Amino acid sequence: MTQVRIPPTLREQTGGERELAAEGDTVRDLLDDLLGRFPALRQQLVEDGDLAPFVNVYVEGEDVRTLDGLETEVKAGSTVILLPAMAGGT
Amino acid sequence: MPTYRELLQQVRAEISEVDASHARELVDTGEPVIVDVREQDEWDEGHIPGAVHIPRGHLESRIERTAPDPSRAVLVYCSAGNRSAFAAKTLEEFGYEDVVSLAGGFTDWKRNGYPVEQQAGLEAQQRARYSRHLLIPEVGEQGQLKLLDSKVLLVGAGGLGSPASLYLAAAGVGRIGIVDADVVDESNLQRQIVHSTERLGEPKVESAKRTIEALNPDVQVVAYEERLTSENVERILADGWDVIVDGADNFPTRYLVNDASVWHDVPVVHGSIYRFEGQVTVFKPGGGPCYRCLFPTPPPPELAPSCAEGGVLGVLPGVIGSLQANEALKLALGIGEPLVGRLLLFDALSAEFDEVKLRRDPDCPVCGEHPTITEYIDYVEFCAGTRETA
Repeated sequence: MTQVRIPPTLREQTGGERELAAEGDTVRDLLDDLLGRFPALRQQLVEDGDLAPFVNVYVEGEDVRTLDGLETEVKAGSTVILLPAMAGGT
Repeated sequence: MPTYRELLQQVRAEISEVDASHARELVDTGEPVIVDVREQDEWDEGHIPGAVHIPRGHLESRIERTAPDPSRAVLVYCSAGNRSAFAAKTLEEFGYEDVVSLAGGFTDWKRNGYPVEQQAGLEAQQRARYSRHLLIPEVGEQGQLKLLDSKVLLVGAGGLGSPASLYLAAAGVGRIGIVDADVVDESNLQRQIVHSTERLGEPKVESAKRTIEALNPDVQVVAYEERLTSENVERILADGWDVIVDGADNFPTRYLVNDASVWHDVPVVHGSIYRFEGQVTVFKPGGGPCYRCLFPTPPPPELAPSCAEGGVLGVLPGVIGSLQANEALKLALGIGEPLVGRLLLFDALSAEFDEVKLRRDPDCPVCGEHPTITEYIDYVEFCAGTRETA
């Protein structure tokens, strides 16, 4: 199980949880697990079967797009952060 | 007990002295560290080019930072060669191996018509106001003069712009531009500390200007009472800014700021907040990624977080806006490690900071190798009419 950090802007879709445990060895598996349980997340994270361009996923502080994308391996205990664009400033 | 005169004579016999013409030769070699041990007012009236100023009273405590290598030659001077004689003696006791004192001092140097450097130094009042900056070696008088000469543009005079503008103004950033089209509303005052109850209904830029000018008369505030758009962004940027602090509350403005920053080569200190969480980073053109490397396009309006459901803990913009001010000051001073290529995440509830790496995208539509975006884009407004609730 890996803990996935849920940003405040996506907590509406995940029952308010700040962190969710997810099953899987790759980012894709983790997201599939989450999307299965919280289908409302899909349109916030996925576009044309890939990660939407307005969302980043970090594994151990690295953007998965600079690694192997959705196929990036995730080890147990890794820190995974979902990060959509956030504009608020006032 | 020896008299002053006797002691001086004794010290002069123990140290090495050079006359003005010899000192000139030494200065021209560029080899020695030149230390001026006179008082501030004497230094302000002119000094030997390239000299560092350490008043005699601070010599022992500051010399190691200025001249860490004891084998490097030191030329020390004052106005007539007496204080510098004692200073030279002290330096030798410290272990400096090659110390000379300028006999006849700066007076003789000037009399010979040798070059003199005079900076527009700080005024006495400024020296008092910025004394805590002057005490920090990384800032000092040179740094303070740099700040007074620097120009920072704040996009937004709201939650983030409030603390950022106050700290930048207090620090003596000489010119602060503020872009904001809104007026002060009651719902702002829970966090927007540059405004106040008596300013309700007043344009935010005017309210901020009054607060800043009351805080520090050294600061010139340029108020742009307008919303940043593709129409006015070039005009506002043309006023010449060293750093942009982005505290906007919407995506269209953030993308305009980013594209302008890339095309004008001005770094952006980016901050954003939502409820209990905030983010800060620095987008430095050429030195790291831009906002579009991170998010090539904004989310479609229907997926943008609903402003009505937003809300923010009042102190959160205080934390994030202050971090932005910190980055802006570092950029203006050219010190430290700015948050370039690093996104700092802050969670107020757990009181934790996290950091993720941001990398430049060679395929970035704006700063990449083959840019596809070459003119400003006005994206669709998000949360139109309710912009204040974020």
